Order: sequence, then structure tokens, then C-alpha cells
Amino acid sequence: MADTMAGSGVGTRADTLLERTRWSVRAWWLMAGMWTRAVMSYRASFVLMLGANIMITSLDFLVVVLMFQHTDRLGGWTLPELGFLYGTSGFALGMANLFVGSTDALGARIRAGTLDTMLIRPAPALAQLCAERFSLRRLGRPLQAAAVLAWSLTALDVAWTWDRVLLVPVLLLCGTVIFSALFIGFATLQFWWGEAKEIQNSFTYGGATLLHYPPTIFAKELVAGVVFGIPLAFVNWLPALRILDRPDPLGLPTAFQYASPLAAVLCAYLAGLLWRAGLRAYRGAGS
Amino acid sequence: MPVSAKPGGPPRGRPPGAAPGGAARVYLAVAAGSFRRYSTYRAATLAGAFTNTVFGFILAYSFLALWQARPGLGGYDTAQAVTYIWVSQALLVTVAVWGGGFQDDVQERFRTGDIAIDLYRPVDFQGWWLAGDLGRAGFHLVARGAAPMIAGALVFDLRVPHDPLVWAEFLLSVLLAVLVSFGLRYLVVLTGFWLHDSDGVRSVMLVVSMFFSGMLLPIGLFPGLLGEIAPLLPWASLVQVPTDVFLGRSTGAGLLGALGFQAAWAVVLLALGRVVQLLATRRVVVQGG
Repeated sequence: MADTMAGSGVGTRADTLLERTRWSVRAWWLMAGMWTRAVMSYRASFVLMLGANIMITSLDFLVVVLMFQHTDRLGGWTLPELGFLYGTSGFALGMANLFVGSTDALGARIRAGTLDTMLIRPAPALAQLCAERFSLRRLGRPLQAAAVLAWSLTALDVAWTWDRVLLVPVLLLCGTVIFSALFIGFATLQFWWGEAKEIQNSFTYGGATLLHYPPTIFAKELVAGVVFGIPLAFVNWLPALRILDRPDPLGLPTAFQYASPLAAVLCAYLAGLLWRAGLRAYRGAGS
Repeated sequence: MPVSAKPGGPPRGRPPGAAPGGAARVYLAVAAGSFRRYSTYRAATLAGAFTNTVFGFILAYSFLALWQARPGLGGYDTAQAVTYIWVSQALLVTVAVWGGGFQDDVQERFRTGDIAIDLYRPVDFQGWWLAGDLGRAGFHLVARGAAPMIAGALVFDLRVPHDPLVWAEFLLSVLLAVLVSFGLRYLVVLTGFWLHDSDGVRSVMLVVSMFFSGMLLPIGLFPGLLGEIAPLLPWASLVQVPTDVFLGRSTGAGLLGALGFQAAWAVVLLALGRVVQLLATRRVVVQGG
């Protein structure tokens, strides 16, 4: 996903865009591989941290399970349905965090002057930033979310038509792209506002927490905000309405439930534009 | 955490003087300095308060949905349940449920080796960091507690105490919560004397602390045995107890019991920290000279 991001908004000819994308993917892959080898030299520590990571991310779902000790519906949705929302949003966030989560260190990098080093290396700076300190320990979240998703799919009572079956992998992929775009888009704020790291967390981790719960429990303005503003609803809410056959609290046209790919492409494009604008505004640390 | 923050160790130079009250003055200065240090990260603080507000909104709605399904759950009415979320968001960074604060600084000093110098300084190691952490907590209570709370009060029906006495009790309870939190984090930090890095211990502590503090869900809602053990553990002092004091759920003897519970854990943990510190300093090997 780092790849599409790095490529978008770049170049005017399709072949240039394609080439740049391929180059970015390759650079990301090589650097991620390097960091993986580095981390794997301390295998026991890696296993411990992966385990801790899974435990930490499981807490969110534990809360949902504990809530269902006291009720069998939340906002009219059942536990397996919340499991589906949790699994899909957690997986998309987790994969995005794995691929491009390191962008949150941009502000620290600008302050320390290490972004300059990245800019003079013969590889796309964004790909380098995304792969920096890449750690497979971040697999904890998508693994745990996938387990919850798998459980929910067995517990759900869904009439599996072909479009519903197809929507599941599509929403996982598009969700990953949307969250990746949010990671990068909000990271670029740090070009102008060095300590805006927490703002990025609000929309990525906060966004994923929002999507753990059904849209019915939130104020309509908030739901509208994540459809038309920050398009989080396209990660899982809208396609989930189709898959789980639930009424849309906003009464939007059905087309919205299939529109995640469009939203994902748009987000990736905007994130690319923001990144380039940020780089243009960047003046260097002077060190 | 401000990344660029320079870990400030105990002061260099001469002892603070043997005049009576000198030590107290030093600790007061340390606390005030720490308050000022955190207040310099205005942008980061603002961004952090924004995050607390966003999470406050999301979780408040999830609680509303739960209490709509089960009114009066756990003895909280709906307004109290929503207030619970906003108070716990205000306390999250103040009592460092996630860890952090002085913990990051000490860890950094382990990495650089400055820790060896700290131990031979004329100021008490534990007292120094405690004073600093109190200053930090004071700043965070105002900066990352008040702003989200006001945002929450604008949208939700909150149960804010009218009686100034309840506010005083709440502040006392928060102070005790910070002491307990410091005691726990201090023990985690001291494992650094034995382990090459305490990140593993820290991650485990984070899970336990998030869960058993009542940060995620009031611990009265925990089922079975879990619900019986959780209120006895030190983590309950961090969020559950001060929030219940804020909501006016602890009064009279109950209030004394709640504050006494926090104070007892604070004393136990701080004393334990002292003992471990003694053992730890015996292990320090200073290389070179």
C-alpha cells in the first residue's frame, strides 16, 4: 500500500506512475527485509513482543465481550455482528500500520534532521519512511483481528450471495488502503506542525475504535462525517450494511455500499498530493 | 510523550544545602520545573487533548448504547456512565495508565549509562523522580483533562459535582492515584537494573494496567471471580476510585475506605520501590572512572 501511495500524484504519464510505483514497492520491500533480519537476530524478544502486541490489541475486543455479558444487543446489533465490524476494521488498521505505520515518526525525524538523509538516498523518501523500523511484531493486530473475523463469520447468519462473498476481501483491501492513506495524510501534517503525531492517532486508532461499534449507536452527524468527511465509513460500515443486511441509519443509496474501491483510490490520491505538498514546504533541518 | 524532551536527571553540582526545609524546597522546585517542562510542548499537548476528546466521544456513545440496553447497570445511571468515560479520559495521561512520564526519562538514562551518576547524587533518587512526576501529572490534569471534559459537557449530559468538597476529595484521590501509579512504574523501571531492556515488562504492565484500572470498563462490570479480585488490586486506585469519588459514589465511611485503599497501596508500593532500589544499587558496576 505504501507503493500506491508513493506513486499517486506523481508524474503525468501512466508508465511513469507505474514505474515509480514499482520502484517504491521494491525499495520498501528491500528495507522491510533488512529490518526484519535485524529484528530476527533477537528471536526470543521478538516472540515476547508479538505476544504482548496480541494481548494489548485483544483488550478492545475483550471489552466488547464483557459488554455482551450484560446485554445481547448493542445498538440493535449482536455480538457476532460486532465481531465482524471489529475484525474488519482491526485487520485493515493493522495491515496499514504494518505497511506504513512508521510514518508517525516524521516529526521526530524532521527535528533530528534524519529526514534529510532519506531525501538524498536514491530511493523514494516516502517508501523509506514507511519501511523504517519495520517490524513484523505489528502483525499482532491483524492476526488477532483476523481470528475475531473468522469466528464472527462462523457465528453469523448471513445469506451468502456472490456480491456479499466478494465484498469481504474487497473491503479488507480497500480498508487497508484507506487507513494507509490516513496514516500518510495525517503524518504530512507534521511537516507544518511538528508535534501533530497525536492528531494522526485520533483518526487512525480512533477511527478503528469508532468502526468497532455499529453506526446505529452514534449521532447521525458523526456518521455523516465519516461518510462525507474523513471517509472511514467505507472501511467497513457501508459494505457491512450490505453483507449483514442491515438498514442504513442515514438512508444513503445502495451504491454507497459498493463504493469502497472508489473511496480508497480517492484517499490514496489525496494522501499522495499532501505528501508532495509537504515535501515542497519542507526546508530541511539545516544540520 | 514529547519525543524531543531531554531527560532531566537529578541536578549536578553541590548538595541542596542542609538547611531545614531545604529538601522540601528542592522537591518543590523539581515539581514546578517538571510542570513547566511539560507545558512547553503546547502543540503536542493540544494534539493530545484532541485525541482524548475523540476517544471520549466514541466511548461515550458505546456506553450510552450499553446503558440504553441495561439502564442502571453497575449502579451507574446513564449520565454517570457517560461522565465515567470523560473522567477516565481526563485521568488516562494524568495517572499514566499507559506508563510513560519519568519512566521514559529513566529508561533513556539506562541506555546512556547516566543512571550510575544519578545514584551517587546528593538527592534521593526515588524522591527526585516522584517530585517530577507529580509536576507532570499536575500539568496533564489541567491540560489533557479539562479541555476534553468541557467538550464532553457541551454534547453530553454530564454529572459534574456542585459541591466544592467533592472536588477537593477528587483532587486528593487523583494525587493518591498518581502516587500508586508512580509506585508501579518505579518498580517497572527498576527491572532495568536486571534486564537489558524493560520493554517486555512494560508491555505486560500496560495490558494489566489498562484492564484492571477500570479505564476500559468500570471494574464493577467484570464477571465472577475477576470482578471480586479486580477491586483489591492496586490498579483500581488509578481510574476506578477517583472516578467514583468524582461521581459522588463514595461518601462517608465509603469515601474514607476508598482513599485509605489508595493510600495503603501507595505506601506499600513506594516502600517496595525503596527495597528494590537498595538491591539494585548494589548491582551497579561503574566502568572506568
